[in-house]
Amino acid sequence: MESMHVIQSKTVVMPSTNIDTDQIIPARFLTMTTKGGLGEHLFADLRYDAQGNPNPGFILNQPQSKGCAVLVAGKNFGCGSSREHAPWALLDYGFRAVVSSEIADIFKNNSLKNGLLPIVVDAPTHGWLLANPGVQVTIDLASNSLIPAGKPAIKFPLEAFARYCLLNGVDELGYLRTKLPEIERYECARGW
Amino acid sequence: MTARTLFDKVWSAHEVVAETADTPAVLYIDLHLTHEVTSPQAFSMLKSLGLPVRRTDRTLATLDHSTPTRTEQVFGNVPIVLDAAAKQVRTMEQNSKEFGVELFGMRDPKRGIVHIIGPELGASQPGFTIVCGDSHTSTHGAFGALAFGIGTTEVGHVFATQCLLQRKPKGFSVNVHGNLRAGVTAKDLILAIIGKIGVSGGTGHVFEFRGEAISAMSMDERMTVCNMSIEAGARAGMIAPDQTTFRYLKGRPRAPKGAAWDAALERWKSLTTDPGATFAASVDIDAGALEPMITYGTNPGMVLPISGSIPQRAGDAAFDKALSYMGFHAGDSLLGKPVDVVFIGSCTNGRLEDLQAAARVLQGRKVAKGVRMLIVPGSQQVKRDAEAAGLAKIFVEAGAEWRESGCSMCLGMNGDLVEKGKYSVSTSNRNFEGRQGVGARTLLASPFTAAASAVSGRIADPREML
Repeated sequence: MESMHVIQSKTVVMPSTNIDTDQIIPARFLTMTTKGGLGEHLFADLRYDAQGNPNPGFILNQPQSKGCAVLVAGKNFGCGSSREHAPWALLDYGFRAVVSSEIADIFKNNSLKNGLLPIVVDAPTHGWLLANPGVQVTIDLASNSLIPAGKPAIKFPLEAFARYCLLNGVDELGYLRTKLPEIERYECARGW
Repeated sequence: MTARTLFDKVWSAHEVVAETADTPAVLYIDLHLTHEVTSPQAFSMLKSLGLPVRRTDRTLATLDHSTPTRTEQVFGNVPIVLDAAAKQVRTMEQNSKEFGVELFGMRDPKRGIVHIIGPELGASQPGFTIVCGDSHTSTHGAFGALAFGIGTTEVGHVFATQCLLQRKPKGFSVNVHGNLRAGVTAKDLILAIIGKIGVSGGTGHVFEFRGEAISAMSMDERMTVCNMSIEAGARAGMIAPDQTTFRYLKGRPRAPKGAAWDAALERWKSLTTDPGATFAASVDIDAGALEPMITYGTNPGMVLPISGSIPQRAGDAAFDKALSYMGFHAGDSLLGKPVDVVFIGSCTNGRLEDLQAAARVLQGRKVAKGVRMLIVPGSQQVKRDAEAAGLAKIFVEAGAEWRESGCSMCLGMNGDLVEKGKYSVSTSNRNFEGRQGVGARTLLASPFTAAASAVSGRIADPREML
């Protein structure tokens, strides 16, 4: 995986709470056997009408969203199905970070393993970001901070090892495989 | 030694390497279940790295999500309609063969929904760590296992190492007091719990369901409860194993036998929360006060007692959006609202006892005119059992469609869909927008309530038909 340090972008805001992974990528697009090309189907049922034309009322179809890499979403983003197709679709579309006051566990794990930053901020910061769509932000992974233009930096928590892997381009499986001797000893001790 | 919870005990028994501030634990996985939707990219990763599936003896594969449920498509020569689904099935067959993973293929009598067959075979056991690329893996927690859903990258990690990198979640005690009344089921209980703590109330936690009503439940019922832990955001849900668990497992094909059974039983009996052990969070529910529950919105936390009415939530845009999607209004009662489709099945309510409940309502009655009722057993074994017990005959005579096993209309990947704008009373686990089809309107309920609504053609209180 490539290392990641800084993301600079304007924000796109989807204020709905509980945006589940079925909304992010509906099940009918899960029949694929590769990872690529899911960006086209991201938020498909919100983004397109029944004829497959872009729905002009949906935020990603509006000109100000073009090129934005940071999605600010309502509380409990990514809940529901464990489908990793959700972060794959967000990344393929061009997002690099999702910001919310709460992000569902499995989605958070899946995102970190693919280089999509799941950023959890406190309620006042979240409220401010929701109320100020399109604000320019800098996300600096080295200092765990999100910096809205002209504002003080806001620290966010990130699991230490996932952060290390992202900063250094370390593959988690590579690390896990260095533990194979311990794994074998464990199996042996348990007679497993 | 300090008092420990059931979860603490299972977790620590699987720590190959303990967690530190800088690194997560290396957690050993006893059973890895896999299916066609979330595994292809993980197999591809193994291929690109030239790695094998390290412990094929701890890996089981099935076909459930994309598979057709029409008999002529499973056993006849009628092809799978969706090309991509057919390709996914073929890919799973090829990968299983190439990597030596045991697969319950399309026509295998052991095939079924991954969370139904693990328990049914006796493969899901107390004290195990069990994972699957599927959020409803929490189902297996009913056996006192630590069972949770993972993504495809992690599926690859388990294939390659039989381990996962994990931070330990916090404990959460769900205390269920009293006993459920007649006509009120495990499904109603878990919906009420989700309604009480909210769809993210369990985030970062592992539930332990405890109390009188839980102890009184059968394994089928306990699985329904644990299954929907994820709908409250929890990583997993667990129930301490007891005589009910042991009776269920004894004699199952993959349960321990002979001396190994006796040894296992000794280990399993220690899998309880010690007196004085503490949880990071807890909630109390009075089971005796519950009615049948039904959802009215677009997440499982938007739920009410069947005799209740939709609450008012002034100024809540997400709430208004959900009601608008459902075509409901604050203050509405759901009883008597028309129903188009009824689905009985899924890893939540696709076991034999669920079908027995549906049959109890449907016996001697007919599905109302204009209602489509689909009954999909959770596994081929459940299908055979239901046929042997005469349930299938009751369903067909009532006018329901009786199918082969699979996830089916729970998520509509296989073409079993609810049409736009139609109302579906479903025994599945998610009422998300578009879950059962684009624009489909899902109301989650128990098999009793679903069957009663099918007969009435309207949302009905099942207690009047029992």
